[in-house]
Amino acid sequence: MAVFVYAENINGVYKKAAFEAVSYAKAVADQTGDTVTAISVNPTDSSDLLYKYGASKVINIKDEGLKNFSAKAYAQAVSEVADGNIIVFPHTTDASSVAPMLAVMKNYSLITNVLEAPESQSPLQVKRKAFSGKGFMHAKADGTGVILTVSQNAFGVKENAVSGSEEVKNLSVSNEDTKVISHEQSSGKLDLKEAEIVVSAGRGLKGPENWGMVEDLANVLGAATACSKPVSDIGWRPHTEHVGQTGKAIAPNLYIAIGISGAIQHLAGVNSSKTIVVINSDPEAPFFKSADYGVVGDAFQIVPALTEKIKALKG
Amino acid sequence: MKILVCISSVPDTTSKINFTADKSAFDKNGIQWVINPLDEFALTKAVKLQESQGATVTVINVGDATTEPVIRKALAIGANDAVRVNLDPKDSFSTAKEIASVAQNGGYDLILCGKESIDYNGGSVPGMVAQLLNQPFVNASVGLEVNGAEATAVREIEGGKETISVKLPAVFAGQKGLVDEKDLIIPNMRGIMSARTKPLQVVEPVSAEVKVQGVSYDSVPPRAAVKMVSPDNLDELVRLLHEEAKVI
Ligand SMILES: Cc1cc2nc3c(=O)[nH]c(=O)nc-3n(C[C@H](O)[C@H](O)[C@H](O)COP(=O)(O)OP(=O)(O)OC[C@H]3O[C@@H](n4cnc5c(N)ncnc54)[C@H](O)[C@@H]3O)c2cc1C
Repeated sequence: MAVFVYAENINGVYKKAAFEAVSYAKAVADQTGDTVTAISVNPTDSSDLLYKYGASKVINIKDEGLKNFSAKAYAQAVSEVADGNIIVFPHTTDASSVAPMLAVMKNYSLITNVLEAPESQSPLQVKRKAFSGKGFMHAKADGTGVILTVSQNAFGVKENAVSGSEEVKNLSVSNEDTKVISHEQSSGKLDLKEAEIVVSAGRGLKGPENWGMVEDLANVLGAATACSKPVSDIGWRPHTEHVGQTGKAIAPNLYIAIGISGAIQHLAGVNSSKTIVVINSDPEAPFFKSADYGVVGDAFQIVPALTEKIKALKG
Repeated sequence: MKILVCISSVPDTTSKINFTADKSAFDKNGIQWVINPLDEFALTKAVKLQESQGATVTVINVGDATTEPVIRKALAIGANDAVRVNLDPKDSFSTAKEIASVAQNGGYDLILCGKESIDYNGGSVPGMVAQLLNQPFVNASVGLEVNGAEATAVREIEGGKETISVKLPAVFAGQKGLVDEKDLIIPNMRGIMSARTKPLQVVEPVSAEVKVQGVSYDSVPPRAAVKMVSPDNLDELVRLLHEEAKVI
């Protein structure tokens, strides 16, 4: 029986989270001796991109009614084609809206925010994030049907090329409950949850006019930008950049925290980062206790200098 | 208009998270309990709709008697009445099932929840409730207006936002932005006094069917000691990031 995976695309283009979910599904399938079937809704990208991570079959749902996202309609569509016991989703905003509805439709167990490949199969047990990054839970599914959502940047994208085939499924799911009025997407900006490197700053920066140096550093690193909660509360930065317990939880390879004290609620959203660098003028800032590398000093001097040095390294 | 707000009682955000010696459960010793911060946005939004459109606001919590102080706090913030389903919830599905069962005959136009709880981070209850009731579901809501039998919601999408119209009844999961942070209601003395006399109905669970079990828990391993780098030697920081951590 195949392991199914929902390969999310945005405007037809696969997200990194989709490749990560397929990589994860492949690891699950290798445990059970199965193959991976990916499902996507109205993609324009080539299925080759999914074969590369281990999907040996790609089902492309074609449905004009699904042009606009609706959690319920998407769950209905996925339930019509996914007939395996395990269905993997990325834990993105949209996919994690579809998964709970699908779990009820199919009467499956749902385990969200999973971090690693299952520890055991039948019953399926897996490690997941809990307590906003302050702990881990080993969750066991009762019953055979299971839906898993994979925490972004936790398992990683792993190439595992197989030869694959594509099937087009024409559906016409009714999507009458919700209607899109307008859609705003800032183009060209790196998605914070997908970013490998995140440069983040807090109230220590004193005002929104000082974010230029944060953006410069982010640019040379190819990083996304983030901020602490008070910074978005005051309106210095959009609240979509707020990371922490009540904002976004992220897990980049490198997190650079500038002028952020390191309050427990902030740490909760960033302590899954693989490497943490803290720049703070206060040697007693709690963040240093959770950092890998620390620099005590004035951000206004350190950040531009660091940017120049990284620029030099990158040649 | 009738609104149902789902609230979860969670450890205060400053809590140190510990597990019992056998690692089989969260250690509740010495924990302060609060309304899940993301649910507070939903509750405040409901109270604002109550003020502007004359809605009635009922809060629901699935929990044992120890959650009542948190329910009273929600009443002090402005909900009209409350329901507690007398079950210490074990997973998202059992919680959603109880909420849906209470909602089933309640004739609610809106069900508002927080996007996820900050303890078990399931993010699953709102969508499950919607599906159990066969209603539309809008996750990550950062704006909501109601006009008759329809609502206009703004939801966060990756790298942007989307405005949609939604046929009611429907379920919305909110987060920061649904109301402004500064508009969150802090209960005043009058609210606290009146909360004591507001109706809090306790109902027994209809089903305790669990689909996921927490088998064991681990704490996050501590990071290795921080390496401090002099601000005058940023070349060393760049070298460490490049050669040791291999992240740039
Ligand atoms: C319910 C609840 C939920 C919360 N959720 C979150 C959350 O999700 N995310 C979050 O971030 N916070 C959250 N908080 C807030 C959190 O407790 C802290 O208040 C917040 O993280 C502090 O932000 P900050 O570090 O930017 O600001 P501050 O605490 O003001 O710290 C600023 C830091 O900058 C340093 N600094 C000042 N000048 C300079 C300089 N020139 N160069 C270098 N460093 C300098 C200072 O030494 C200080 O350490 C929450 C709080 C509550 C009560």
